Amino acid sequence: MAVTKRVVLHFPRRLVEQPVIYRLVRDYNLEFNILRASITAEPEEEGLLVLQLKGEQEEYDKGIKFLLKSGLKIQSLSQDVTRNEARCTNCGACVTICPPGAFQVDPKTRQVSFDHEKCVACGLCIKTCPPRAMEVHF
Amino acid sequence: MKTIAEINEKIQQGKAVVVNAEEVIDLVKEKGVKQAAQQVDVVTTGTFGPMCSSGIYFNIGHSKPRIKLGGGRAYLNDVLAYPGLAAVDVFFGANALPDDDPRNRVHPGDFNYGGGHVIEELVAGKDIRFTATAYGTDCYPRKRLETWLNIRDLNEAVLFNVRNAYQNYNVAVNLSDKTIYTYMGVLKPRMGNVNYCSAGQLSPLLNDPLYRTIGIGTRIFLGGGVGYVAWQGTQHNPNVPRTESSVPKRSAGTLAVIGDLKGMDPRWLVGTSMYGYGVTLTVGVGVPIPVLDEEVIRHTAVTDAEIYGAVVDYSDAYPNQKPDIVGEVSYAELRSGAVKLQGKKVPTGSLSSYSRALEIAEILKDWIKRGQFQLTEAVAPLPGVESGVTFKPLRERPLEI
Repeated sequence: MAVTKRVVLHFPRRLVEQPVIYRLVRDYNLEFNILRASITAEPEEEGLLVLQLKGEQEEYDKGIKFLLKSGLKIQSLSQDVTRNEARCTNCGACVTICPPGAFQVDPKTRQVSFDHEKCVACGLCIKTCPPRAMEVHF
Repeated sequence: MKTIAEINEKIQQGKAVVVNAEEVIDLVKEKGVKQAAQQVDVVTTGTFGPMCSSGIYFNIGHSKPRIKLGGGRAYLNDVLAYPGLAAVDVFFGANALPDDDPRNRVHPGDFNYGGGHVIEELVAGKDIRFTATAYGTDCYPRKRLETWLNIRDLNEAVLFNVRNAYQNYNVAVNLSDKTIYTYMGVLKPRMGNVNYCSAGQLSPLLNDPLYRTIGIGTRIFLGGGVGYVAWQGTQHNPNVPRTESSVPKRSAGTLAVIGDLKGMDPRWLVGTSMYGYGVTLTVGVGVPIPVLDEEVIRHTAVTDAEIYGAVVDYSDAYPNQKPDIVGEVSYAELRSGAVKLQGKKVPTGSLSSYSRALEIAEILKDWIKRGQFQLTEAVAPLPGVESGVTFKPLRERPLEI
């Protein structure tokens, strides 16, 4: 069964020179799409990569195991961009700003839903949200 | 047909028939205007959106020794307040910023914290840092004051918004080639999105387009508590093009509202940041409309399909005060998720929360049904179409150097 998942990878300094993503393609036959990449200045953590991975479930699992064994820290994306439900007013200012269309207005309740699965963690909603209900945690 | 006194009697007996401005649409469709007018006593409206021109005033009580803040400077959590009224009365506006906020020095500025946020925290019962300097007099010798303030200790704390609940509003687009950051939100280039900000068919003044029942003295839901219409709002402009059923097609009437801040709730007064523009306060306002006769209920049955907004280019027409509009669209089209403008399908976003506006109309309905909220007779009307009141631009008379 083919799966498509988004993950956040934290690279320690010693792995920055390893062709980790190349191995995912070669050994596990996974397609990747880089959604975001950055180098952080914190001493313990050197690189951050947000990836969309596509492949067979079995190979995906093996690929993730390989990444963990290599020493990367992995988070699933849905934990990284969250909505503070108490602050959200369901206005809808985020709807047209989000590139993958993760926000949708329910035509009946007029409430705005946030679909973690569609989120690519670009961060555009963070400052666009008037009550600042969207939070990013990497 | 019915008087407010009669409706109030029913409210007191717990017999009043109250519906919200959305429910009344189907009711009138089903039963007709005549029967609906007989059946319904009150229609409740609501709106919940960013509303500049909001502010509070409060009295902190006299310190020992006394200080006269008037003529000095005062801050709430480092956000600039206005103490120029007297010794210890302070006015504080939703748009105010800390002196050291970088504003738009690096454009677009974040505007994470300002007046609106302080008001929300004060209402939430949080301690607020009050710092002030004064020049000192014989009777008010003190020159510095630094203290925590809490809303429960203030003598009076009053929300006083000089312009809220706009009757219709501009629909914003950006025709330029770069993203712009406005009070109507982030607008993408080449008409990449459309933003609007009205509760439409739920909005107070759109349900009473000719100000027949809403007037000075009308008791309302304000910020989760009880308030009153104090006056027409600033920029009140009844003389705009209207549809056949009198609904304004441009920004028209406004309300100045007042109420006891101590009775309000931070859920309905939310500190708001407009990226690249500034800070403001999102305010909840709900107005009950007494169904005096058939005309009143016919007006409350207005639907989003019958309310049109003018689409304005915020990259040029708005900042440069040009009258041109891109077109007119109905709120039904806006709420569908996309509108067609100049042959292009453009996605829409809202700054005003329809679901929270509906919640306000429901709360107000509940208050009235329980008999804890009586309607008031307006003591004076708002200026209507016939008043000749208009919203004038500034006529600049440059100072000679």
